[in-house]
Amino acid sequence: MADYKDVWVYVEHKEGAFTPMSYELFGIGQKLAGDLGANLCAFVIGENTDELAKEAGYYGASKVYTVDGPPFKTFRPDAYAKAATSLIDKYKPDVVLCRSTSQGADLSAACAAKLETGLASDAIGLEIDASKAVKVTRAAFGGNFLVGVVNAKTKPQITTVRPKVFAMAQRDASKQAEVVKETVEAAEDDLRTKVLQFMKSEVTVNLVEADIIVSGGRGVGKPEGFKVLRELASTLGAALGASRAAVDSGWIPQEHQVGQTGKTVKPKIYIACGISGAIQHLAGMRTSDCIVAINKDAEAPIFKIASFGVVGDYNQVVPKLIDEFKKRLSR
Amino acid sequence: MKIVVCIKQVPDTEAEVKWDLQKGTLKRADMDAITNPFDEFALEEALLTKEKYDAEVVALSMGPQKAADVLRNALALTVNEVHHVSDPALEGSDTLATSYVLAKAIEKIGDVDLVLCGKQATDGNTGVVGSEIAARLGYSQLSLVGKIVEIDAANKRIKVERGIEGGIEVVEAKLPAVVSVLKGINEPRLPNLMGIRKAAKVQIPIWDTNEIGAAKEKIGAEGATIKVIELTTPPPRAGGEMLSGEVDEVSNLLVEKLLDLKVIK
Repeated sequence: MADYKDVWVYVEHKEGAFTPMSYELFGIGQKLAGDLGANLCAFVIGENTDELAKEAGYYGASKVYTVDGPPFKTFRPDAYAKAATSLIDKYKPDVVLCRSTSQGADLSAACAAKLETGLASDAIGLEIDASKAVKVTRAAFGGNFLVGVVNAKTKPQITTVRPKVFAMAQRDASKQAEVVKETVEAAEDDLRTKVLQFMKSEVTVNLVEADIIVSGGRGVGKPEGFKVLRELASTLGAALGASRAAVDSGWIPQEHQVGQTGKTVKPKIYIACGISGAIQHLAGMRTSDCIVAINKDAEAPIFKIASFGVVGDYNQVVPKLIDEFKKRLSR
Repeated sequence: MKIVVCIKQVPDTEAEVKWDLQKGTLKRADMDAITNPFDEFALEEALLTKEKYDAEVVALSMGPQKAADVLRNALALTVNEVHHVSDPALEGSDTLATSYVLAKAIEKIGDVDLVLCGKQATDGNTGVVGSEIAARLGYSQLSLVGKIVEIDAANKRIKVERGIEGGIEVVEAKLPAVVSVLKGINEPRLPNLMGIRKAAKVQIPIWDTNEIGAAKEKIGAEGATIKVIELTTPPPRAGGEMLSGEVDEVSNLLVEKLLDLKVIK
């Protein structure tokens, strides 16, 4: 176990492009590495990874491990897990952090199972405890409980981290990482999955990554009600969310659902319109920085957690908000 | 074609949560329990696949004695066979141990082409057990599936659509595969009276850990790598501000407050 050292961060990318969000783990990774007296390293799997490796250095990785080649062009769990486990086997990191996104969850689960090590998923808090283990805080029962967990038994300690919880690291283009290139063979015939196509969704802003969300619930009353919410969302550059009641009524597709059986979100501003605030909904959005509640019912539980509450009909309030925002933002 | 659908019994999402603080585990026996809502979609997808491709469906659950209820519900929905893995030695299992046990049970069932499971369970919310099973068994790992496009059992292939960030990914994979399905992939049916009556009479056999050949050191609290060391409730959110006045006035005030946050650009 003593052989295991350093904190590794997985660099996500999609179709050759990477977003700054992929680097959000570097801040907390640096903190953990500092507390452990270890190095912050990154690993990148893909095709033509040189630029990504350089970027990882700008965000603070002192060493970047890469596996490069055509089989790794797009993410697929079998090829990527093969590459990642071979890196981990060889270089033995103490801690591995991935984002709890579709990629991060797939990769970490496959690695944990293949390496027979523990996986703590969807961390909302990370710290080093007295025994130098990573203590992971997770939300259970949709955020109604916080559970602190550790893996004191096996290495590496693999954790996925909820997007947007930790502050973005500063980019510094004068920093340079040592790049360690590894070769991993992955013959197409031996791989089990093949990505045929990616179809971009009409839900242009991804709820999980969104800074602002406008969301509607039972109080919206009808499918057409979402029209005005959509307009507010587009005025603000926000994503459109919904409660389960609105989804189950068939007013809006399920991919918009926020809550215990939908997505967990943490925007800077969450505007809840006609949402009463059932615990299942709160579970998915209660950690938003600023919550605005607009509801006709002054007794609605959502007001108890709202940063700003307006008792009123969204049908009257939201169009006014749109006009006012448009005026002030000169749109 | 043989399909295994994994079903978990979870505490009712409306029920009060009861913890055993000493062990850091749930007092599952003391809580009202339901079929994990996400697994209902996996079960329905198994039934739809059975109807379309003439398959055999085996429902599998790991859990304490009363988890037999979720298998009885599956029987009422006319799955062909059910297996209940239950053993006091399993208590305290984490996802690594759970995926080990389920993989062992799937191996024992044998000749499996497709494993279906829900995207996650509403109690632990980890969403990784399906992927861990796939990695353990060397099956194709297909998570977040919103549509099974087609299955070619003769040539051992499956095509699915995955709902991932920003869009839909179409993936082709070899069978056997573990497919975890998204909520909304279908509309789960309810059992009919005849199904319920028939299921009520069935004795559901239990597989203990010996029966599936699970190594003691890999299961339960002993096998778990992830241990709960702390349990808290989140701090309540600080009380907010109610804005009152006429619609115009309130709207202007709210716009001002939100612009002050410097988030809206």
